[in-house]
Amino acid sequence: MTAITTDHHHDHQLHADETDVFGFWIYIMTDCVLFATLFAAFAVLHTANFTGPTLKQLFSLPYVLGETMFLLASSFTYGLAMLGVYKKSRGTAVFWLMITFVLGLSFVVMEVREFMHLYADGNSWHISAALSAFFTLVGTHGTHVSIGLIWMALMIFQVLKYGTAPSVNKRLTYLGLFWHFLDIVWIFVFTIVYLMGVI
Amino acid sequence: MSNNEQVITIKYGAKLKTLKSYLIGLFLSLLLTFTAFICVGDHLLPDKALFILITALAVAQLFTQVICFLRLNMSDEGRWNSLAFVFTFIVVFVLVGGSLWIMYNLNYNMM
Repeated sequence: MTAITTDHHHDHQLHADETDVFGFWIYIMTDCVLFATLFAAFAVLHTANFTGPTLKQLFSLPYVLGETMFLLASSFTYGLAMLGVYKKSRGTAVFWLMITFVLGLSFVVMEVREFMHLYADGNSWHISAALSAFFTLVGTHGTHVSIGLIWMALMIFQVLKYGTAPSVNKRLTYLGLFWHFLDIVWIFVFTIVYLMGVI
Repeated sequence: MSNNEQVITIKYGAKLKTLKSYLIGLFLSLLLTFTAFICVGDHLLPDKALFILITALAVAQLFTQVICFLRLNMSDEGRWNSLAFVFTFIVVFVLVGGSLWIMYNLNYNMM
């Protein structure tokens, strides 16, 4: 284990890092509030299907379970990547980051397919408040995941180029917070939108 | 010290992540997820009970992932992060609860 020297610069850097992470965490909390508003809108509108089908008729639980497994697995494999970073093993980190990316991409592909099928069948966000709320909430989450994937691809390049340097470590920490947070939001999406929708 | 495997021990305002915590987190999350899906898919309980059950399972999984994956805690470094988390929860509670209350009331009065 590396001994942490307590010279002044190092102490300052240590506290600066914690403050920076706290700052990013505050951003994540605001994102949380954003999703809460979308959930509130969905909760109010989910039965307002006008002349269209009820949401219950449009959902497939096995399909959503599949999506959930991909995202949960990606959250786990991201953790494995971070363990590789802590051990200063560039190869381990890159390998697991790539696996995480593929799992996350699988989730997005599944979700896009679901949206495309709904739209093609005429069940778009145009036809009812319920579907509007659905597409907004689930779509916003999916957009977050997609942006996370872009960020992840960039970080894979950074680790390949700069190794497990402290700055790279820090950015991967932020991405980790973001990625885990998205899985946490998804817990509530599949529970409130899909599971409760089907009961 | 001739240990080739240097380990970074700097904590970023959370407990150090370990393989053990990730495995526990994964296992619990899988358990909670499958329980929820199976109970709803096979309709193992009456409606009201199902609602309560899956809500409880979701909250349990929230805590699982926050503690096992995000490693949020009340240690010296983690206290502020946990505090921000609690504050956010309060804001969310007011927002969602308040919205539902208002809209329910509006709906009732407009019937």
